[in-house]
Amino acid sequence: MPESIFIRNGHIIDPSQNIDALGDILIEGGRIAAIELRGAKGKAKTMPVPEGVKTIDATGLHVVPGFVDLHVHLREPGFEHKETIESGTRAAVKGGFSAVCCMPNTSPVNDSDAVTGFILKRAAETALCRVYPIGAITKGQKGEELAEIGGMHDAGCVGFSDDGRPVMNSLIMRRALEYGKAFGTTMISHAEDLHLAAEGVMHEGAASTLFGLRGIPAAAEEVMIARDIILAQMTGGKLHIAHVSTKGSVELIRRAKKDGVNITCETCPHYFSLTDMAVAGYNTAARVNPPLRSEDDVAAIKAGLADGTIDAIATDHAPHHRDDKLVEFDKAMCGISGIETAFALSLRLVGEGVLTMPQLVAALSTRPARIFGLPLGALAVGSAADITIFDASAEWTLDTRQFISKGKNSPFDGLAVTGLVVMTLIEGNIAYSLK
Amino acid sequence: MTHKHLISMRDLTRSDIQQILDTAASFKDVLKRDIKKVPALRGKTVVNLFYEPSTRTRTSFEIAEKRLSTDVVNFAVSASSVTKGESLYDTIKNIESYGVDFVVVRHSSSGVPNFIAQHMDASVINAGDGINEHPTQALLDGLTILEHKGSFAGLEVAIIGDIIHSRVARSNMIGLQTLGANVRFIGPPTLLPPQPPPGVKMYYSLEEGLQGVDVIIMLRIQMERMNKSFFPTTADYFIHWGLTGDRLALAASDAIVMHPGPMNRGIEIASDVADGPQNVILQQVTNGLAVRMSVLYHLSGGEHNA
Amino acid sequence: MRGAMAKELLNKKDVERIVSRIAHEIIEKNKGPENICLVGIQRGGVHLAHRIAAKIKAIERVDLPVGSLDISLYRDDINIRRDHPVVRKTAIPFDINGSKVVLIDDVLFTGRSIRAAMDALMDYGRPAAIQLAVLVDRGHRELPIRADYVGKNIPTAKREKIDVQLSEDGFEDNVQLVKAKD
Repeated sequence: MPESIFIRNGHIIDPSQNIDALGDILIEGGRIAAIELRGAKGKAKTMPVPEGVKTIDATGLHVVPGFVDLHVHLREPGFEHKETIESGTRAAVKGGFSAVCCMPNTSPVNDSDAVTGFILKRAAETALCRVYPIGAITKGQKGEELAEIGGMHDAGCVGFSDDGRPVMNSLIMRRALEYGKAFGTTMISHAEDLHLAAEGVMHEGAASTLFGLRGIPAAAEEVMIARDIILAQMTGGKLHIAHVSTKGSVELIRRAKKDGVNITCETCPHYFSLTDMAVAGYNTAARVNPPLRSEDDVAAIKAGLADGTIDAIATDHAPHHRDDKLVEFDKAMCGISGIETAFALSLRLVGEGVLTMPQLVAALSTRPARIFGLPLGALAVGSAADITIFDASAEWTLDTRQFISKGKNSPFDGLAVTGLVVMTLIEGNIAYSLK
Repeated sequence: MTHKHLISMRDLTRSDIQQILDTAASFKDVLKRDIKKVPALRGKTVVNLFYEPSTRTRTSFEIAEKRLSTDVVNFAVSASSVTKGESLYDTIKNIESYGVDFVVVRHSSSGVPNFIAQHMDASVINAGDGINEHPTQALLDGLTILEHKGSFAGLEVAIIGDIIHSRVARSNMIGLQTLGANVRFIGPPTLLPPQPPPGVKMYYSLEEGLQGVDVIIMLRIQMERMNKSFFPTTADYFIHWGLTGDRLALAASDAIVMHPGPMNRGIEIASDVADGPQNVILQQVTNGLAVRMSVLYHLSGGEHNA
Repeated sequence: MRGAMAKELLNKKDVERIVSRIAHEIIEKNKGPENICLVGIQRGGVHLAHRIAAKIKAIERVDLPVGSLDISLYRDDINIRRDHPVVRKTAIPFDINGSKVVLIDDVLFTGRSIRAAMDALMDYGRPAAIQLAVLVDRGHRELPIRADYVGKNIPTAKREKIDVQLSEDGFEDNVQLVKAKD
């Protein structure tokens, strides 16, 4: 039985209940037992605290539902030199995440209840936060035959994706969306037309011309999103678009939502923090798929977050071994190890006036939880005490050598940022503490 | 000129280029002597690291290096540990431990010279990286143009063919613009960049694009482009973009025709033009040697001295 | 660099007399103008070489071959200097094998340029002899090199400079000593 904890005097934000005020939270038995907010006049109205309860003084800090990451690569089984469930979740809680959804592009691919079971078993043994597996849409992620979606759903997969690869065959994607309806599950689209992407290694634009590198046009993402929207509309299936990166994609999704299509989407911090110019000097830390895009795309992503077209911020945490990035640019593996830098980068959106603090918390916590129907992302009395406490004014410098993740591949090394997670609680247990 | 590397034409100012071309002209004199060697780089070691097969450029560099009394090591890709799967990083670290002063590198990935310069102490000369740049080609083309035209200001230069995959086109564009010439691209839409680079005019029509042109730089058409649907057939290409005698007549009457070689007769260039009087291709080869000597000479300055 | 800090050492008339004397000395030492060729070291020696050749022609009515030699590619300080000097014209359009070559330079200082010039010359052939004529010898030799024909010996401090200006470059002939800036 986890001990009781009293979080005192924090700035509590819970978008699911429209809470945005100073207050106290009492945790008992891993659940939120009580929340007491200050009155409108700011008078202290503290609740009686049972004796001997561990108190966390959250004065000057924000207290929010634990972040939920819809998109991480934990690399286990098969690529443990890049990351394991243990190291990845240890990095996650440092980043303020109390739950992560892990993609199936492991080795073997998570395309069966057996592999799903293995991941859940390893998570139970070693993970520091909640791990929700995402199963593959097709066998081996080859895009040819449906994988055992029903079996994987029963085993615990919260959604399905061939992420890392698209489902090129439109008929297969149609079937997946239809079949998924029986289980109320979501098909997550990694939207990339492989033919249009051809041999591109970065965004196709002025920067790729400048650097002499082959480009991936925005159209490669957009044509697949357009296709998936039409298939979702036709089948009534539940569609989620992973890592949205272009202006055109945001526009397509905005219109689809207006038309009532059952669609949600996510973006990642690198798509609103960097442009394709970050590739300068053939910096392999900036090679990611989808690629970093142009300034116009970055502005559109921010606008999409601001008006709610983009539902969630996910990290697409993609750790790689040093050897996989210490190569020629066009041979470098794609991916950014981003789970420890996501919060600080996302907080900049509040400073820039793109999002309010409650909207940011919603994007990191409440809305992602809702997308997969997870009982998280809220601080309601009786709900699991998954809580993230952060200092919105702490200044620090991102340093990949300090990363907990095995993957140090980040283009943000050396960046001075504001906003630091000081504690992450999961089910009332302190999974991470800054001190 | 006090650079350590020659990786991109963007690193060279107009006066840097002038200096290299002036010195190259003096080296042409050395090449006419009986003793075609000078001791300028005696005691220095250069590694020719050619990951792409290239007899011409590699030989040109090798001769240039030997004429300067440099010790030359040819790193032949097929015969080496690269085929055993050794990473580029490990390869260059091994080369570094031999105490090498220069690395001349050609590789199919853009950005490799930058990678080598980052991880190794030697001076790096880019002999062609992916689809990015080929600076010594642009410099030897510049010398050839200078010899025939006297100056670059206001010169109209047309680069014709597979522009988006051509490092020769890119380096030439940068160098010629730095020197004050006007550059235009001509080719099928699939082989031209989606947006014209600053200062460059683009034409789909060869007839239109050649009006008033003083210098024509032809690019090779590679067969694999056809297989990837950049154009349907070489016949279709030649009919519309092949440099024939009557198209050449649309350019300035004293226009010169250049080609980095080797030529595909009947695909990008008609045989009568290839063998014609306006073609300066063999001079390009001679100039290549002198230019490479000049580049090595200029990069060999002590950079650790204030 | 000129102005109050510079002191004139030789004027137009001085230079003219020196050229004349050196021309006579060359003929005297070699017992006649036969088999002699003149090679001026870029840049300072080239004009002087032509003047000496003209003087010898006036005296002996013989046209000596005159060439120019750039020593940049033979210097011993290529690794030390950050940027390289401009490589100028080397033109030796005659056979030096078996000839007596008189190298001509404006100022003899450390002797390194002459060492480089001799190495360069050897790549053109095997002369019977190499002699050296200089307008000014300012001392401070770092190599065992000496001139056969000297216009004027001028003791200098190492940091000072000798500045030679000739009419072929648009000045009135003069040689100045420029004091070092403190």
